[in-house]
Amino acid sequence: MSVLSKLEETLICLKAGRVTLPYPTQPQPVPENFRGRPIFDATKCVGCAGCANNCPAREILVFDLCQEIRILQYLGRRCTYCGRCADVCPEKAITMSLEFENATNKISDLGQKLDLFMSTCQRCGRCFKGAAALDELKMKGYRSDDIPHERWIYHAHAFLESEPVVDDIQIELD
Amino acid sequence: MWKNLCQKMFGRSLWVYHANSGGCNGCDIEVLNVLTPYYDVERFGIKLVGSPRHADVMLCQGPAMRSTGQALKRAYDAMPAPKLVFAIGSCACGGGMWFDSYSVLGPVERVVPVNYYIPGCPPRPEAIIYGVAVALGLVDKKVAPVEFKQIEFPIPIYHPDDLRLDHGMVVYEKLKQI
Repeated sequence: MSVLSKLEETLICLKAGRVTLPYPTQPQPVPENFRGRPIFDATKCVGCAGCANNCPAREILVFDLCQEIRILQYLGRRCTYCGRCADVCPEKAITMSLEFENATNKISDLGQKLDLFMSTCQRCGRCFKGAAALDELKMKGYRSDDIPHERWIYHAHAFLESEPVVDDIQIELD
Repeated sequence: MWKNLCQKMFGRSLWVYHANSGGCNGCDIEVLNVLTPYYDVERFGIKLVGSPRHADVMLCQGPAMRSTGQALKRAYDAMPAPKLVFAIGSCACGGGMWFDSYSVLGPVERVVPVNYYIPGCPPRPEAIIYGVAVALGLVDKKVAPVEFKQIEFPIPIYHPDDLRLDHGMVVYEKLKQI
């Protein structure tokens, strides 16, 4: 009886064949439309903060360092890879890559931080982004040939001395 | 010699204990998927055990909740001394989508010290195997922080001589031609 059952088991095993995937030795292809780690392209980003408004995990933080520089920070730690940031981005600056091997021993490895230069609207005083890279160079305020006036950055802090816009910056920053 | 032999033989066989402290079971299914014949990790010596007293590695899924944080801490304390903690999934790494809910304490590193993070919602079984391989020192980690800095320095749009401080605000007095 037991010999017969063993034989039957052997037959079943032979019929099933080998199912173990050769993952660690060979790379495993990801399925189509796979959403991995989002990659932020700083050259395309206009700093509209639509991704920060639409992130369900609220982990894309946008705050203004001074009047001219806006910082977009992606923390990466509680990202669910839903892809809504890539959907709402008007400039397609966010792409969902195929990287999934994101294991790390330091959680800050997953973060991405972009410094975006924003120019100031002469009427409303808010930041905006110029239309094209050449327009940025034409604009007053985006020429790098006047380095001694860099102290204006410190002066611009006078506008924004209050707390940053998003509340949990103090907790989440390393 | 005996010690070296033992280290060579037993050094890389991890016994894992699988602790869910309030996740949605997505990461549990992926962890169990790793143990199935498809991603057979028992060929690397990794084995699932039922008690934290037998375990070398604790796989944490789900955020630390107000109700389960104490139990997670007790399970961590029950593990024998050379121990590792893996945070698997977005909830365990950073608190998940409901990180600021009233019942969620936050990521599991609020309660137990975490050694390795495997983000994903849920992470693929391959990603979990990769994380274990990073922990064993077989491969290097692939991710690194990305930082983009502007190199151009902005110049003043307003001339500094035309600005004066008034009640903590900067007032621009003369509008020049732009």
